[in-house]
Amino acid sequence: MTRTGRLVFAIAALICASAVAQAEDLNVKIGVLTDMSSLYADLSGLGSVAAAKLAVEDFNPAAHGMKVEVVSADHQNKPDVGANIARQWYDVDHVDVIVDVPTSSVALAVNEVTREKNKVLLVSGAASSDLTGPKCSPNTIHWTYDTWMLANGTGKALVKTGGDTWFFITADYAFGQALERDTAAVVVANGGKVLGKVRHPLNTSDFSSFLLQAQTSKAKIIGLANAGGDTINAIKQGAEFGVTAGGQHFAGLLVFISDVNALGLKSAQGLVLTSTWYWDMTDANRAFTKRWQAARPGKFPTMVQAGVYSSIIHYLKAIAALKSGTDGKAVVAKMKEMPTDDTLFGKGSIRADGRNLHDAFLFEVKTPAESKYPGDDYKLRATIPAAEAFRPLKDGNCPLIGG
Amino acid sequence: MFEIFGIPSQALFGQLLLGLINGSFYALLSLGLAVIFGMLNIINFTHGAQYMMGAFAAYLLLQHLGLNYWAALVVAPIVIGVTGVLIERLFLQHLRKLDPLYGLLLTFGLALVIEGLFRNVYGSSGLPYQVPEALQGGRNLGFMFLPNYRAWVIVLSLAVCFATWFAIERTRLGSYLRAATENPVLVRAFGINVPRMVTLTYGFGVGLAALAGVMAAPIYNVSPQMGSDLIIVVFAVVVIGGMGSIMGAIVTGFALGIVEGLTKVFYPEASNTVIFVIMAIVLLIRPAGLFGRGV
Repeated sequence: MTRTGRLVFAIAALICASAVAQAEDLNVKIGVLTDMSSLYADLSGLGSVAAAKLAVEDFNPAAHGMKVEVVSADHQNKPDVGANIARQWYDVDHVDVIVDVPTSSVALAVNEVTREKNKVLLVSGAASSDLTGPKCSPNTIHWTYDTWMLANGTGKALVKTGGDTWFFITADYAFGQALERDTAAVVVANGGKVLGKVRHPLNTSDFSSFLLQAQTSKAKIIGLANAGGDTINAIKQGAEFGVTAGGQHFAGLLVFISDVNALGLKSAQGLVLTSTWYWDMTDANRAFTKRWQAARPGKFPTMVQAGVYSSIIHYLKAIAALKSGTDGKAVVAKMKEMPTDDTLFGKGSIRADGRNLHDAFLFEVKTPAESKYPGDDYKLRATIPAAEAFRPLKDGNCPLIGG
Repeated sequence: MFEIFGIPSQALFGQLLLGLINGSFYALLSLGLAVIFGMLNIINFTHGAQYMMGAFAAYLLLQHLGLNYWAALVVAPIVIGVTGVLIERLFLQHLRKLDPLYGLLLTFGLALVIEGLFRNVYGSSGLPYQVPEALQGGRNLGFMFLPNYRAWVIVLSLAVCFATWFAIERTRLGSYLRAATENPVLVRAFGINVPRMVTLTYGFGVGLAALAGVMAAPIYNVSPQMGSDLIIVVFAVVVIGGMGSIMGAIVTGFALGIVEGLTKVFYPEASNTVIFVIMAIVLLIRPAGLFGRGV
C-alpha cells in the first residue's frame, strides 16, 4: 500500500468508526405498549402504532444523526402482562421509552417498572390522574388527558349552562368510581345537585333498568362515568327509552370519536364531551389524519393516538438536545425544561409532576343533518385554557413536589 | 302508590317487565344451546360468536345489499345457519364418537378465531344499527315507558320458543330426532338419514343464535365481543334449566331475566353475579338442573 493509500484507508476507517460510535449513542427504540385485541383497540392499538411511525417520520432522525426504531406489543389490559413486556423490553430488547399504555391499572404497573429501570414512560391512553398525583414519577409524563380534567371540563360546563341536577350511571370499578367522585365534586362546587347514582358491573349489555332509575330521578343530566362498550350501550338504549326526547341529557364523561362512530350520530347527537384533540379542528390535524388513514383506512384518529404522536416528537427533540437517551430521569427533566410545540397539540409545557399542559375542548355531537361528511361529528362549545383544564399542582399530592 | 321493600311498586313493575325482555334473549340463546346439546351432545361454545355473526350479518346486509331489518330477520339466520352446517360437516361430525370435551375445545377455539377475525376487520368499538322505523317510539304504560321495539322482542321470542318446543316435542319430525339421539342405529334401520338430520339440527340451533343476534343489533352495541359477554350467562341458564331440556331452557331463560331485573333494583352491583349464585345453589340441590332428566 502506498502512503496516500494508507492515509485514505486510515481516514475512511476513522469516519466509519465515528459513524458507528454516533449510531450507537443515538440509537433510540420506542415501544408502543397498547391494547391490540380488546375494547380499547380502536381508540389506541394499531392506530397508536401508526401515529408513532408518523412522528418518527416527521422528526426525521437522520437529519439529527439519530436512528429510531418503533416496536409494539399487546398488553391485553392485564397489569402483569404489561409489566412483564416492559421488563423484557428494557432488559433484553434495549427499548428506551414506552408510549401510550391505555388502561390505568396497566399504566400504573408499567410506571413502577420504568422508574426502577430509569427509562421513560409517556402515557397517552390511560386516564387515572394518580399518574401525576400520589404515583407520580420522575420518569413518567402524562400527555393527553386524565380523569380530573374530564370531570372538570364536562361537569363545570354543564352546570354553568343550566344542567344543575345530576344522576350518575357508574361502572363499578376504580376508574368509574374515581370519575364519579371527581365529577360529583365539581357539580356540587359549582352549585349543582347530585340526585342519585347507580353502579353497574363492567361490561354490562343491558342498561334499561339503570336508565329507568335515571328517568325516575328526573335529573336534568345523566352522567355516564364509564367507558367504551358500556357508554355505547347506555347511550344507544337511552335513545330507545326516550331519555333525550324526555328532556334529559347524557353527559359522556369519557367518550372517544371511535365511540361516537360506533353509536352513529342518530343515537349520539347532542352528547356533550370533553376532549383534548379533534381531527377536524385545524388544517394540520386534517393533514395528519389523511396520512394516518393510509394505515387505518376509514377510521379517525382519537386524542389518544394524536397524543402518542405529539409525545414522541417532544421526546425525540429532548434526545437530540441531550445527545443521549440512556438516562431516563435526565431525558424527562429535559422534556420538562423545554416548551412543547408540535403541529397537533400546539404550544404547551410540562409541569414538575409530569403533567403535560395544553388546552382542552368541550364538544357537542352534531345531529345527522349537521354532519356533512364522514367523521364530521363535533361542534365546539367551549375552549378550556391549559391553565384551567388540569388539576392544580398543589392538589395532586405528588411526592416530587416539595411541601 | 304502595311500596314493596322500600321500592315504589312503579319501579318494581318496570324492572319486572325489563327482566322479561332480557329473559327473551336468554331464552332464545339457551334454547339453541339446549337443542344442540340435547340432539347432538355437543357443548357449543361457538354459540356466542354465532350470535355476534347474526348481528353483524344484519349490519352487512343493510350496508351492502340494502336489506332492512325485516329481511335480515329471515336472511341472516339462514346464512349463518349455513355456516353452521359447514362447521358440522367439516369438523364436528368427526368428533361425534369422542368425549364431549373435544367438541367443547373445538367450538371454543372456533369462537376465538371467529371473534379475532371480526375484530381484525371491523375493530373493537362496534358498528351502528338503528331500530327499524315501524318499531320506533314507544308507549307510556303508567309505570314505565315501554319502547315498541322491546315489546316486539318479547312477542317474537315467545313465538319462536314455542314453535321450537312444539316442533321437537310434538311433531313427527321431532320424534325422529329424539329417537335418533337415543338410538341412531335403530332409527337408521327405518330408512332415516340420521347424519343429515343431525347436521340440519346443528344448523337450526346456530340459526337461532343468529336470530337472537339480529334482534339484539338495534339495542345492543354490535361489536365482536358482544357474544362472549353473554355466552357465560347463557351457559349458566342452560345448566340451571337442565342440560338439553328444551322447556327447561325456555322457562329458566325468562325466569332468570326477571331475577336479574329485580337484582338491578335492590343491589345493582350484584346483577351479573346473581345468576351464578343461583346456578351454584341449583347444582347443589338438583345436580341435573331444574328440568333435567338425570345425568
